[in-house]
Amino acid sequence: MITQQHLLDAFVELADTLVSEFDLIDFAHTLTGTAVDLLEADAAGLMLADQRGNLQLLASSSLETRTLELFELQHNEGPCVDVYRTGPPVTNIDRAEVGQRWPAFAAQVQAGTFSSVHAIPMRLRDQTIGGLNLFLTRPGHLSDRDLDLAQGLADIATIGLLQERAVQERQLLGEQLQGALNTRIVIEQAKGMIAAQHGVSVSDAFTAMRSYARRGGQPLAQIARQVIDGTLEPAQLRAASSSSATRTGSEPTP
Amino acid sequence: MDTVQQILRHLASTDRGPATLPQALCVACAASVPVSGVGMSLMSAHGPEEVVAATDEVATTLMELQFTLGEGPCVDASALGRPVLQPQLRRAGSDRWTGFVPAALAAGIEAVFALPLHIGAIRLGVLSLYRDAPGVLTPECVSQALVFSDVATQILLDLQAQMPAGDVLHPDLVVAGLGRAQVHQATGMIAVQAEVSMAAALMLLRARAYRTDRSITAVACDVLASTIRFHPLDEDDD
Repeated sequence: MITQQHLLDAFVELADTLVSEFDLIDFAHTLTGTAVDLLEADAAGLMLADQRGNLQLLASSSLETRTLELFELQHNEGPCVDVYRTGPPVTNIDRAEVGQRWPAFAAQVQAGTFSSVHAIPMRLRDQTIGGLNLFLTRPGHLSDRDLDLAQGLADIATIGLLQERAVQERQLLGEQLQGALNTRIVIEQAKGMIAAQHGVSVSDAFTAMRSYARRGGQPLAQIARQVIDGTLEPAQLRAASSSSATRTGSEPTP
Repeated sequence: MDTVQQILRHLASTDRGPATLPQALCVACAASVPVSGVGMSLMSAHGPEEVVAATDEVATTLMELQFTLGEGPCVDASALGRPVLQPQLRRAGSDRWTGFVPAALAAGIEAVFALPLHIGAIRLGVLSLYRDAPGVLTPECVSQALVFSDVATQILLDLQAQMPAGDVLHPDLVVAGLGRAQVHQATGMIAVQAEVSMAAALMLLRARAYRTDRSITAVACDVLASTIRFHPLDEDDD
């Protein structure tokens, strides 16, 4: 029998994982382990739809081959596939019904001597993005309370996924900001180099760099980097700027 | 203690006039934590870059000094990725920051609390708090200041997210008129004149500013005007 305290401890542990240094795979493994403990199940797995809509195993309570196959063989049929396609939970399906609904998948269930299978949707607003898949060998059904608990765990898994996406988005934005900052610096430095190399003003140096970049259809930052690392010869830039200044630049410079 | 969400909500609901969001954040931080002033700056791998906002002239000086000298508590906070709390700058002596400490004391800065703004390994900038009298911040105040640094990071990202993905900084992240562009241009010129790398050129520029007791921007403008010219190291750099 699961005590209230046991339940609370499990949720606190999951919440801790969410806020500390977050690792999605580690989190998902913890969650499947918690599902097995709390629901007295024998195997639990989190299945997630990839970009093509195929279900992939994110994490499972056991890494034994036989357990992994339970999840990985659900390509075209199985409880998680049904949940993903239709939305509502698929619960308390006994062995006989498994054989009728998913004949190809039934062999795996029988080999594992499971008495019932269950799939709880992972929902993101209206969309189902995957499912929590449970297998039981013990007799009896999952009660309404068990199913509420299972849905709670599936919701936490969804929140974990969102957290992962938010973290990645922050990193991407941070990199863009850092990139924008560095690009500014590189362009200013390249202006100074050209000004010193050609003995021209900084604004003329910028004009030369910009017309060269436009002519070649290359980003200004890339030209600036080439100026700084010396892969773009001062003579090439000079040719570009003098021809654009006199507007005779119809011929590409050799 | 205010949370990140409460501070963001407060900033969003307050009429801040012409002040930018980063400026409003610095003002709110200075009002909430017992310090004399607060500043926010961007950092790159090379050290201090743009000043984003400051509550007062001294806070600007605190950041500008470190841009000129290339050293100080904010530089360390960014490089180490952790807060650098210096409640008694005078007692810290100038061993740690030879150039920065005397200059900061002369500007009236007695205590500095520098909090890095970073996301994992990506260093974005520093939130700098200073006091005109020495003294530690209580743990509660440090916690509150750290919450403000989280808000500062969020604001940096939110502002930059408004820009099309590309190479342009949001205008509110740059305080105009501090002469950063001139410094980088002068660095490029010195790299050619002294035949050294960009990093070494920036060091030469900083050394000249330090030796002549001028701001790095002033020296940079002289380089651009060709009043100052650098030469390869075996020659005199005049």
